Amino acid sequence: MAAHLSYGRVNLNVLREAVRRELREFLDKCAGSKAIVWDEYLTGPFGLIAQYSLLKEHEVEKMFTLKGSRLPAADVKNIIFFVRPRLELMDIIAENVLSEDRRGPARDFHILFVPRRSLLCEQRLKDLGVLGSFIHREEYGLDLIPFDGDLLSMESEGAFRECYLESDQTSLYHAAKGLMTLQALYGTIPQIFGKGECARQVANMMIRMKREFTGSQNAIFPVFDNLLLLDRNVDLLTPLATQLTYEGLIDEIYGIQNSYVKLPPEKFAPKKQGDGGKDLPTEAKKLQLNSAEELYAEIRDKNFNAVGSVLSKKAKVISAAFEERHHAKTVGEIKQFVSQLPHMQAARGSLANHTSIAELIKDVTTSEDFFDKLTVEQEFMSGIDTDKVNSYIEDCIAQKHPLIKVLRLICLQSVCNSGLKQKVLDHYKREVLQTYGYEHLLTLHSLEKAGLLKPQAGGRNSYPTIRKTLRLWMDDVNEQSPTDISYVYSGYAPLSVRLAQLLSRPGWRSIEEVLRILPGPHFEERQPLPTGLQKKRQPGENRVTLVFFLGGVTFAEIAALRFLSQLEDGGTEYVIATTKLVNGATWIESLMERPL
Amino acid sequence: MNRTKGDEEEYWNSSKFKAFTFDDEDDELSQLKESKRAVNSLRDFVDDDDDDDLERVSWSGEPVGSISWSIKETAGNSGSNQEGREQLRSRNSFSSYPQLPKPTSTYSLSSLFRGRTRLGSFQSLSDALSDTPAKSYAPELGRPRGEYRDYSSDWSPSDTVRRLRKGKVCSLERFRSLQDKLQLLEEAVSMHDGNVITAVLIFLKRTLSKEILFRELEVRQVALRHLIHFLKEIGDQKLLLDLFRFLDRTEELALSHYREHLNIQDPEKRKEFLKTCIGLPFSAEDSAHIQDHYTLLERQIIIEANDRHLELAGQTEIFRKHPRKASILNMPLVTTLFYSCFYHYSEAEGTFSSPVNLKKTFKIPDKQYVLTALAARAKLRAWHDVDALFTTKNWLGYTKKRAPIGFHRVVEILHKNNAPVQILQEYVNLVEDVDTKLNLAIKFKCHDVVIDTCRDLKDRQQLLAYRSKVDKGSAEEEKIDAALSSSQIRWKN
Repeated sequence: MAAHLSYGRVNLNVLREAVRRELREFLDKCAGSKAIVWDEYLTGPFGLIAQYSLLKEHEVEKMFTLKGSRLPAADVKNIIFFVRPRLELMDIIAENVLSEDRRGPARDFHILFVPRRSLLCEQRLKDLGVLGSFIHREEYGLDLIPFDGDLLSMESEGAFRECYLESDQTSLYHAAKGLMTLQALYGTIPQIFGKGECARQVANMMIRMKREFTGSQNAIFPVFDNLLLLDRNVDLLTPLATQLTYEGLIDEIYGIQNSYVKLPPEKFAPKKQGDGGKDLPTEAKKLQLNSAEELYAEIRDKNFNAVGSVLSKKAKVISAAFEERHHAKTVGEIKQFVSQLPHMQAARGSLANHTSIAELIKDVTTSEDFFDKLTVEQEFMSGIDTDKVNSYIEDCIAQKHPLIKVLRLICLQSVCNSGLKQKVLDHYKREVLQTYGYEHLLTLHSLEKAGLLKPQAGGRNSYPTIRKTLRLWMDDVNEQSPTDISYVYSGYAPLSVRLAQLLSRPGWRSIEEVLRILPGPHFEERQPLPTGLQKKRQPGENRVTLVFFLGGVTFAEIAALRFLSQLEDGGTEYVIATTKLVNGATWIESLMERPL
Repeated sequence: MNRTKGDEEEYWNSSKFKAFTFDDEDDELSQLKESKRAVNSLRDFVDDDDDDDLERVSWSGEPVGSISWSIKETAGNSGSNQEGREQLRSRNSFSSYPQLPKPTSTYSLSSLFRGRTRLGSFQSLSDALSDTPAKSYAPELGRPRGEYRDYSSDWSPSDTVRRLRKGKVCSLERFRSLQDKLQLLEEAVSMHDGNVITAVLIFLKRTLSKEILFRELEVRQVALRHLIHFLKEIGDQKLLLDLFRFLDRTEELALSHYREHLNIQDPEKRKEFLKTCIGLPFSAEDSAHIQDHYTLLERQIIIEANDRHLELAGQTEIFRKHPRKASILNMPLVTTLFYSCFYHYSEAEGTFSSPVNLKKTFKIPDKQYVLTALAARAKLRAWHDVDALFTTKNWLGYTKKRAPIGFHRVVEILHKNNAPVQILQEYVNLVEDVDTKLNLAIKFKCHDVVIDTCRDLKDRQQLLAYRSKVDKGSAEEEKIDAALSSSQIRWKN
């Protein structure tokens, strides 16, 4: 099932196997039959590295969701809690354990913290009087989870907020840990580049951790040539814009979680005879989206406007293939046709699904409001009318469009103007507070602290300089057969990816001036390799760069990097890692203030 | 351009606004849903050998063999129905328990503490150690000196921090001098591991006086930020405010205090709390917003009490015809204005619930006011009020129609509220820009306006094209034919 992880330049199945091994080892420590009690949030990420059959092989007989009061009855020797280190979960675990004690035969309790044990959580368990009940208390360092052949994520939703709002470095520490694990499996990365405060910190942590491990020389031939660490706050603009790739739009509209998407079922009704339209499914249709699906791998990163033609071409190819059966005359030919049937049927199913999804998306992208919103975004990004109150934003507020949508647009305007004029900012603030509630004052302050929404300092707007130097706005964009990364936003080239592109060629020295305008230091570090491990590149062989986005990355940025990887004379292939896969909405949401 | 897209009615019932959901919804049903959601969201674990994922994902996304399937399966045959019910019941008895937290942070410091704040739970870090369980795995942060075996007495601060980082048992008590404690802190900070930094901070918080702790952290910014985050997460508001005061971070102090109102459910108490926020050192702009927040809730409490009474009495027509969907408490200002335009439109300015009073008190701009009033009156189909909203008299007594929001928007809102064609037509005619007028007239089938406008534009082609869109033999068709055959008009095409 995870074959798609090994399709890329770097075989990420190695990482997956390593974490699976660790899981098996833990399960085997708890001898005998087992029940697992799941912290609900963890089942998503775990699904990407293991499956029920693996657990079953290690005598996991029952599984429950973690909730208050008593555990459901289970005739097993071990009960294992799989949890994140969070205090409120400890309270629930304690309840479970205490009520279990009162009931019948003794069991062995264990707890597996993901990704890290916490001194505080253990103290809490102790306060609640249950710590002594646990035989094994261990941690499972699931820092970087392989999502696809070229994609890793920590799925840490709070990372941006913690790094840039609370200045809490814990998620950076985990990022550094994850990078150390990668280096243990794929060799030391000889060169580290970075831009931003957090990038600097992670590099420092890595260097320090490496020093601590000096005892064991890493004897693995390095797979990665470079590591590029990028702070999300170096490029606050990109996630705010609406992604226009196929995968990006699916995420914007329906939300992709742990590579699954839930879609409205109507379009997927099975067309069977005699169904008569009754029994329409009411539950959401759930689909897994990754490059294991041939068709999806082909269209995911295309601009949505280029998807329709691919789908119709595929449809022709598939019907032609089915037509072949009429030409099959000999037994051998028929046999061959039949042997291809499963593959053809899978292709047909895949095509049907994506046609339906594309229809759903088209309904949205052809709506008047989507067009209006996109027009405003593109005006801002190309530098038009960013310094006055925008009437579309005002309309959205008056019509009470979702607050997140409104905030996203206001922030986009602010970022494209290096901050808003005080009068404009005050106007927006007042409108938002009066329409959505005064308590959002707290959210507005958070956005300000993160740099997304701010008054213009000194009346100077540096965005035009950045835009021109980095060629962030391209007027002649080819959506069908792109020649530049700007196709992913139909005109706007994501700043973050432009930085990666310029780093590989001609190098950052050419853009020193802009780098100084962008926040945080930029730097370069070398991790020396023993002579035996130094790489001699074959002529024409591409370099492999790992780009780590600290604070989140969007699918459109991933698409842009994949586009660069595929360029014939690009010279660099990219593997992408991040603290969290985000889009503008989930990102802004993570900054919003909620009651405790 | 659909002005009323966020149809007031809709967002009244939107789940975003807590006060508008009925209390009794928090019952078994919703808990069942919650748990169903929990189970459903468990991800599918698809077999390794099977590379045909597409076929195997079922409607609910629960292929046989997935974790969620197996949870149902195993939970199902393990307990009888009775057991299930019992489970439900006992679950209900824990409804005071916080729901399973929304997945926010997975891995980080904040995730360690994002919990219900339990008074005293952290003081007990030390207190709890008076009991000595047989097996103690915990970090013995607070063990009194005499009680632990001094096997670690030789560990330096850096050894200690390293051991803590590996999750090993380790006592901090032996670090008694301020210098030792600070060195410990510096070691922890240099490791960057938030888990360890926080453990050390808790130790310092417990063993140092507030003044010394604050003073030392002021020059150690990383540790300071961790402490602030930690205090926020465990909800130690008092110490947090003291700290901000000490650091002279007045705005953070004010915001942090204001934030607490979110945790107060009772409207009276919330109002009283907001009152305490008014004098705090916010920026001038924010101060005004905070004041308004307080005033608004104060108003809402009065209006709510009054209207609930009226509604129960059953004597007031508007409440009988249009029963309130939920309480107005804690609604945003604009929603409150809509409510007031809906239920209290004709009230004199002197009453708290009158729209004009709200407009004055909160300095609501004309545009906003007209939009909201229009939406409310159109919803009630009070066309006369709509008319009055846009009629102005000049000093000579002539009346004139004027709309600060533009008549094109008025038309959209009226259409949204199913205004009859005659009414729509009247306002379409008031749209100044001819192209906009024509487009709106076509869109909303105001035939007369279309025909008249085409005639005025001398646009024969468009009129001809429009002829096919009206009913055969209708008055409109006749009117078009009359225009087309008129010799008075010099067509431009």
